[in-house]
Amino acid sequence: MTMKYIDEYRDPELAKRIAEEIARLSNDQPLKLMEVCGGHTHTIYKHGIEDVLPPNIDLVHGPGCPVCVLPMGRIDDAIAIARMDDVIFTTFGDMMRVPGSHGSLLDAKAEGADVRFVYSPLDALKMARQNPDRRVVFFAIGFETTAPSTAVTLLRAREEKIKNFSVFCNHVTIIPAIKAILDSPDLRLDGFVGPGHVSMVIGMRPYNFIARDYRKPVVIAGFEPLDIIQSVYMIVKQIREGRSEVENQYARVVRPEGNVKALEAMARTMELRPFFEWRGLGFITHSALKLRAEFADWDAELLYEVPGLRVADPKACQCGEVLKGVIKPWECKVFGTACTPETPIGTCMVSPEGACAAYFNYGRFSMAAERHKLSVLQTSASTAQE
Amino acid sequence: MPQDANHIDDVLKKIERTRQARRHKFYLRDEKITLSHGSGGKATHNLIEGVFAPAFSNPLLDAMDDAATFGINGTGERLAFTTDTYVVSPLFFPGGDIGKLAVHGTINDLAMAGAQPLYLSAAFILEEGFPISELRRIVASMATAAKEAGVTIVTGDTKVVQRGKADGLFINTAGVGVLRATWPLGQTQLQPGDKVLLSGPVGDHGIAIMLAREALDIDTTVQSDTAPLHTLVAALLEAAGEGVHCLKDPTRGGVATTLNEMALGSEVSIALSEQAIPVHPEVRGACEILGLDPLTIANEGKLLAIVAPEKADVALAAMRNHPLGREAVIIGEVQAEPAGLVFLRTDIGGLRVLDMLVGDPLPRIC
Repeated sequence: MTMKYIDEYRDPELAKRIAEEIARLSNDQPLKLMEVCGGHTHTIYKHGIEDVLPPNIDLVHGPGCPVCVLPMGRIDDAIAIARMDDVIFTTFGDMMRVPGSHGSLLDAKAEGADVRFVYSPLDALKMARQNPDRRVVFFAIGFETTAPSTAVTLLRAREEKIKNFSVFCNHVTIIPAIKAILDSPDLRLDGFVGPGHVSMVIGMRPYNFIARDYRKPVVIAGFEPLDIIQSVYMIVKQIREGRSEVENQYARVVRPEGNVKALEAMARTMELRPFFEWRGLGFITHSALKLRAEFADWDAELLYEVPGLRVADPKACQCGEVLKGVIKPWECKVFGTACTPETPIGTCMVSPEGACAAYFNYGRFSMAAERHKLSVLQTSASTAQE
Repeated sequence: MPQDANHIDDVLKKIERTRQARRHKFYLRDEKITLSHGSGGKATHNLIEGVFAPAFSNPLLDAMDDAATFGINGTGERLAFTTDTYVVSPLFFPGGDIGKLAVHGTINDLAMAGAQPLYLSAAFILEEGFPISELRRIVASMATAAKEAGVTIVTGDTKVVQRGKADGLFINTAGVGVLRATWPLGQTQLQPGDKVLLSGPVGDHGIAIMLAREALDIDTTVQSDTAPLHTLVAALLEAAGEGVHCLKDPTRGGVATTLNEMALGSEVSIALSEQAIPVHPEVRGACEILGLDPLTIANEGKLLAIVAPEKADVALAAMRNHPLGREAVIIGEVQAEPAGLVFLRTDIGGLRVLDMLVGDPLPRIC
């Protein structure tokens, strides 16, 4: 499990050179680029990439954090299922702390609900096998990145006739969300850093309309710091040359046609919902997946009675504007004061992929720090390496 | 975003005011204990400051160091006293077991206070049905760990609870030691200009535990780094004397949380270089896969030393001469401003805040 190869994507000298090239190409023209994927947001802040890029490049953090876009009502539904007798409710770790209208899954767990975190839906299925007298529910969230593993798990559950397992499906699809953002009147974007993991599944073709109809460059990017910096360079180069195309910076992983097998598994188990509510973006047509009728026996939405209410976001919370890139996280009224990672109000503060949490944890003081001229860092680094 | 600079300034001021206000007033909003309260991160902090500190408040406790230190009437000797409870799951893991950990952990708490550990207590909470053979193995491991470290287990206690009321067994150890450091040592003693020394690669213990758990089927050779650090501390104090301002072992919450506690405790800033911080490739790999930051992962055999700049080189040399400090490095420096914050110059040359661990990626690590 050694990971020697990551170092070549983290070369500070190379990063600096590309950043200089970006500055030269963009010629101080202010550019707003949206990274759609929450994984990118996380990388950007974890590695301080905004600090490396020239100041005229403004990265806007899009709706690609699955935890952040899930409306509160769905979390309330999840908690209602988790509280039921003999249910083992399984979820990814991130979801545990997301507040519903009356507390989070973590709170429900503290009050006696059997909530457990898993790394994969297959772990949840394993749990169902091991606990035949309990009903195991998997809280499925995420884009096309995680949907295939839910699909494969469902197929396996059916094959093995495991009836005490079900899926509470909240999978969403990225393309309708991008379209909703492009159609949003209060937005001005110059290009997109395309989501690498989603594209691994869906391929490059679904983005064509962005380049063709909206004339915005799209560059599908990997998740290492240099991947992102290089993608920004490729977008700026397109803008400079007056092009708008879908390019693939992440060719070592993303194939133009995507992953046909994964798409097949999804198509066999799931179908589009007519519409689905996105936190901050409202209802978007054909933007989410539900289980097909032949999987009704594994569909938690049909098996359990849930409140199913639509819950308005807390008034102070501006997650919606943050998700659309209308405001920066720190422009939200409650950012960093009432809303912090330990006491999140909006979902953007909960997941480490959420724009607000990423900004709070990593980015918050980068400008202040620059002002304090932390030049000693170089000296300590050189002493340390002698 | 130069046009936003003024606005950012305002926001930063607002956040800073909130941080200041919260630093001295802990609003424990939670109504029930959640696993986050045991993470060693912010929630633990809030629990301690919100419940225990106000009830037990006294000068010795309020220092919030790993061990309390006090004089004995008239003798001139000073003692260090500490306690710690171990609930790690699984009980046996690559590189150690709960017994070894219970001995090393308490030795290390004494060592970080600048003390020579002498005597330990050991108390066991056993669950009905727990195999005696496993208990024997754990106790034998404790005995070996104590003998190797030159400490004696001199008192103890045993309780048994019904099946289902404890997960196998829990161990509490307390320890006393004689203080070596005659000068103030602790998280309030950092001064601008001090160097930050780290005794070796970080993240081994937490990742070893995580990978040992059944849910993750990853093959690996990562081992817990659990080790008694008192002889390394002795070597360090011998070499750098009063130049040593603070010692901490970055256990739960990792290097990130420990350094934040120091920055808050001394009202200083700490600037780190990510490239200087050693992480074993396997640990780094596991962190990449699991989306974790090695700087927030627990260690059980590493220490952070804050040393005056003029003594940093001799301190580093002394650590590198010790088997547990062979890979010691200087990872950063203490600065006056902005107080209470830890910064990281990232691997690709960016700059970011390094915050305390929030939430718990992994309960029951020690």
